[in-house]
Amino acid sequence: MEIIVCIKRVPETADADIVIDRTGRDIEKGGLVFDINEWDNYAVEEAILLKEKYGGSVTVISMGPEEVNETLRRALAMGADQAIRLTDPAFEGSDGYTIARVLSQAIKPLSYDLILTGVQTEDDGYGQVGPTLAEILGIRHAAVVNQIEGIESGRTRVHRELEGGLEEILDLELPAVLTIQTGINEPRYVSIMGIRKVAKKEIKVLGLRELAMKPEEAGEPGSLTVVEMVSFPPVGEGAQILEGTMDEISDKVVTILKEKGGVA
Amino acid sequence: MADILVLVEHRRGEIRDITFEMLMKGKTLSEKTGKPLTALLLGNDVGEMAEGLKDLANRVVLIEDPKLENFNSEIYQRVLGNVIEQEKPFLLFIGHTAFGMDLAPTLATQMKAPLATDCTDVMVDDDQIRAIRQTYGGKLNVEVRLKPAPCSMVTVRPASVSVEDYSLAGEITRVTSPLTEEIASKRFLEYVEAAAGEVDITQANILVSVGRGIKDPENIPMVQELAKSLGATLSCSRPVVDKKWLPKDRQVGTSGKTVKPTVYIAIGISGAFQHIAGMKGSGTIIAINRDPKAPIFNVAHYGIVGDLLKIVPALKGKISEAFA
Repeated sequence: MEIIVCIKRVPETADADIVIDRTGRDIEKGGLVFDINEWDNYAVEEAILLKEKYGGSVTVISMGPEEVNETLRRALAMGADQAIRLTDPAFEGSDGYTIARVLSQAIKPLSYDLILTGVQTEDDGYGQVGPTLAEILGIRHAAVVNQIEGIESGRTRVHRELEGGLEEILDLELPAVLTIQTGINEPRYVSIMGIRKVAKKEIKVLGLRELAMKPEEAGEPGSLTVVEMVSFPPVGEGAQILEGTMDEISDKVVTILKEKGGVA
Repeated sequence: MADILVLVEHRRGEIRDITFEMLMKGKTLSEKTGKPLTALLLGNDVGEMAEGLKDLANRVVLIEDPKLENFNSEIYQRVLGNVIEQEKPFLLFIGHTAFGMDLAPTLATQMKAPLATDCTDVMVDDDQIRAIRQTYGGKLNVEVRLKPAPCSMVTVRPASVSVEDYSLAGEITRVTSPLTEEIASKRFLEYVEAAAGEVDITQANILVSVGRGIKDPENIPMVQELAKSLGATLSCSRPVVDKKWLPKDRQVGTSGKTVKPTVYIAIGISGAFQHIAGMKGSGTIIAINRDPKAPIFNVAHYGIVGDLLKIVPALKGKISEAFA
């Protein structure tokens, strides 16, 4: 079982105060902490579980500058066997389609049975790259997978998460791209020792030329959609923020609960 | 020709809400651009469904085939590729749902169509399509321009369009299914229902709901205590279920349950749209979060900005006194 996992290093913004940068098309990333995209962490774990069950190897691929090595090494420490980093100034501004296109150029020469990606990323949230990659490679896909039942005679049985707690079971021909939903497994803990052990492992680096792509096929020129500007979402009426000491705030909540009912 | 096309999403005989939301958006754009609005319905024995959609579009294109009984992205893609070749639509709307996420990216790639996913708004000026989508968990709005192409595609975020009544008195056009041989590379087998849990959070009068901000499963009993003091039921957002800290039947949101309690207290929940879609109908919403810019404060009526580990015990004390 040869498995490829596409992962992304993303900024953690849940609790961060984000600032729009000078281009007006992105945010300042300077002060932010980066980590593996949450969905991709589950995808890496799932790949390693499959390797443990069926044998074979796991290759992780990511796009981005040298700092991305950190994310790739994290995946190696989890149990991946090889890591590839795709980097080129020309990739800047790539949309979901073009990201899939770049990934496909790196994947085409490899042998694989399964390609896993996260359902989406925490930053751009396209939810598009995995299935697009499958279409470019001419293979099958299933999006929003929350269970892989098993793999047998060149096919896999997977569950797709639908709305309202419903799931559907599909039977797919391999090779295939599966986009992995959070909660599918319990990603293993990565220790500092574990990362140290893989510190010297080689990470293959490929650029535009190695991927046999022309500059006009990557980045904004190669993309079908272009970010024009970003802004903060308009705040509707918004919440009335309760202020004061802990006690005062608590008293206010009690008053609200008494007024709005619900409490016997 | 050059219509605005809406792909009807339905499951087990029911048209899903996203369909009406997309038709509403399509109607607004149709009025502005003069391009006809067409609903595209694929299914097996769905003639009645087509009748029900007639009033909401200028035309309903109906393609029936036993192979379209259940959703299968490969079979849908085969049919839609054909329809797009024939119809040459200007813009195709698909829902950003489990259905659309499995279908739109591959269809767009096959048709070489620009695709903007998970959009909350779509604008058209002189045939230039722009879309608004959110990034960084709803903290940022991004305006995206779709490069000119014969056909463009947009997937629409559920519950981002408010639906009003209108009537277009459209007609039904039947199109013969282009499917000939079986497609066996991807097979739908069956649906699996969510197992019934020990509690039904949809029946609760008050919900105390906990999210990622709780940080550690050891902090959950503290929230449980707060719920108990209010006679409330404990629920949660997705990350808490993903981490197996609470069972799935407690989950509020698109992939969990939709709730409308009298009071909903969101603790450490940032407010991803999937969560908000599941609780925004609540009577009174009180949110506690560290980040004053968390999207949850856009739907909450009352907000408390601060450390939940301090606020929750203080609140529990006062509530126990008041409602003893």
